[in-house]
Amino acid sequence: MSKGEIVLGALAPHPPHVVYAENPDQNEPVSEGGWETLRWGYHRLARKLETIDYDVMVVFTPHWQTYVGTHFLGVPRFSSKSVDPVFPNIFRYNYDLDVDVDLSEAMCKAASDAGLITRMMRNPDFRVDYGTITSCHMMNPRWDKPIITISSNRNTHYYSPEVMIEQALALGRACRTAIEESGKRVVLVSSHSLSHRHFVTESPLPEDMSKEHIYNHSQYVWDMALIDLFRQGKMREAIDIMPEFTEQTIAETEGGGLVWMMGAMGMPEYPAEIYGYQSVIGTGNCIAAWVPQPDKREIVL
Amino acid sequence: MDHDIIQFGLYVPPHPHPLLSPGASEGYQRLRDAFDTCRERIENSDADLIIVYSTTWPSIIGHQFQANPNSEWVHVDDDFHYLGSMPYSFTMDSVFAEACVEKAKERGLQARAVNYDAFPIDTGSITALSLLNPENRIPATIVSSNMYANRSETIVLGKAIRDALTEEKRKAVVVVVSSLSNRMFTEPIDPSKDRIHSQKDDDWNRKILEFFEDGRLEDLSQLSREIHGQIRVQKVVAYKPAWWMASTMGQHNNYEGEVLSYEALNGSGGAVIQLTPSVGSIGDKEFDEDDVEYYRGDRNVLDQGGV
Repeated sequence: MSKGEIVLGALAPHPPHVVYAENPDQNEPVSEGGWETLRWGYHRLARKLETIDYDVMVVFTPHWQTYVGTHFLGVPRFSSKSVDPVFPNIFRYNYDLDVDVDLSEAMCKAASDAGLITRMMRNPDFRVDYGTITSCHMMNPRWDKPIITISSNRNTHYYSPEVMIEQALALGRACRTAIEESGKRVVLVSSHSLSHRHFVTESPLPEDMSKEHIYNHSQYVWDMALIDLFRQGKMREAIDIMPEFTEQTIAETEGGGLVWMMGAMGMPEYPAEIYGYQSVIGTGNCIAAWVPQPDKREIVL
Repeated sequence: MDHDIIQFGLYVPPHPHPLLSPGASEGYQRLRDAFDTCRERIENSDADLIIVYSTTWPSIIGHQFQANPNSEWVHVDDDFHYLGSMPYSFTMDSVFAEACVEKAKERGLQARAVNYDAFPIDTGSITALSLLNPENRIPATIVSSNMYANRSETIVLGKAIRDALTEEKRKAVVVVVSSLSNRMFTEPIDPSKDRIHSQKDDDWNRKILEFFEDGRLEDLSQLSREIHGQIRVQKVVAYKPAWWMASTMGQHNNYEGEVLSYEALNGSGGAVIQLTPSVGSIGDKEFDEDDVEYYRGDRNVLDQGGV
């Protein structure tokens, strides 16, 4: 068996608005579009993924929040409806997805061996979170690859961002070990926004783009500072400023997704591919990808 | 006074253990027994409505009211999925939910009713309604906890609900779903050895329980920021349950309080507490903490116990 590898890592924000705007058959509400900058960026990334041979998508989501360790999906198939508790008016999505339980178990064991608290999620009634569904739908709308979801352990709330970073890095390294031993080709997905301050009101027509903008200039400047480090391939520096970034922008990075992915990918020193940046109800959302194989990298934006 | 619009208030924990695994520890069983006692008290009251304010249903776009007449699904908790599934079928009072939305808007709040098939009702609300109202004898509505709302917004939310109760001439039991201290153990524990995470959390919890037992709801409301800083893991901007409970039930200290149970739930503080509006409660309370609308001079607290 050949050694497994990570073929791409993506920062893939999950505002349900982008699925709503796509009007897929799976989602009940109907829209007139909206958030094209993000959606077109996702389309481009999805097209790239069609040219890359991979076996499974591994998603780290902040919308499966666990306080007792890190949990991994452990049921082969989920078929249900996901209704966003915050935006039920725009996201009621019927999903039917497969899970690579073998790799999920291997990652869970590797993380446990590394000293982290872990648990497999074996309850077949469990509803997969809308963050996972949104990111996966936008990256692979055909849903023809199995996925794995990893929960977000909320160490930040209990200890500090620094503890969260250390544990997320350790989790990433453990996942990489399991991936390499599995012989599989894996796409990693860090499913979250950057700055994460929302507007608390909504337009009568949610997709009214005349109302959409970043919550405030400070959030924008911080987002750009981080994206600039992505562009320069300075991920060590990006992770180093993560506690400050997260605090200043109440960023969704607090869940540890990006840190986990960088830990798994060995802290890339090459530029990320940037597919788009746009605000959704005031939050800052960037689609970016890190591609380990040099001849597969592109300058997208 | 419109005392009877609130029959009584309950403060209950959000964790699923009393519902799914009461036998796993003596403490969980005592919490379950306390829920059962409250269920009987609701059945024996004149209440025709249950209003749940759940700290485990966060909202962003204003305040949401559950309005699906038959909310039905099978829920699984994010952390405690191994304890089992939580099937539910709840009767919601959609008319009252809409009335709350209207009143909230009149008071300047962003609000909406949610009425969608498969809407994910949260662990805390499911636990509370399953144990307190298992046969759907009384319709309910559930109110979200806006993650950005602070004191004034939460107080106004409670007042808006009180407006709706008054106008609709309803008699409600108010249920707040929230931990006291909310720091859980971050490693798996033996449930039979569950305990409050720290001595400090336990000390603060017991002080809060003293206030509840004395019926000093408004005092607790005014202590909310201190409670948040001392024993609440900073997941949200503020500890809001006492604000909401006080403004919905009445912003004063004139209650009969009873702590039916206080136990650890994976390290957090779980208590089942009843507060009943009173007209004769006197003692060592602050009697100048009312929600005053008109000033009528100093009050003679020795001669007058009621508000």
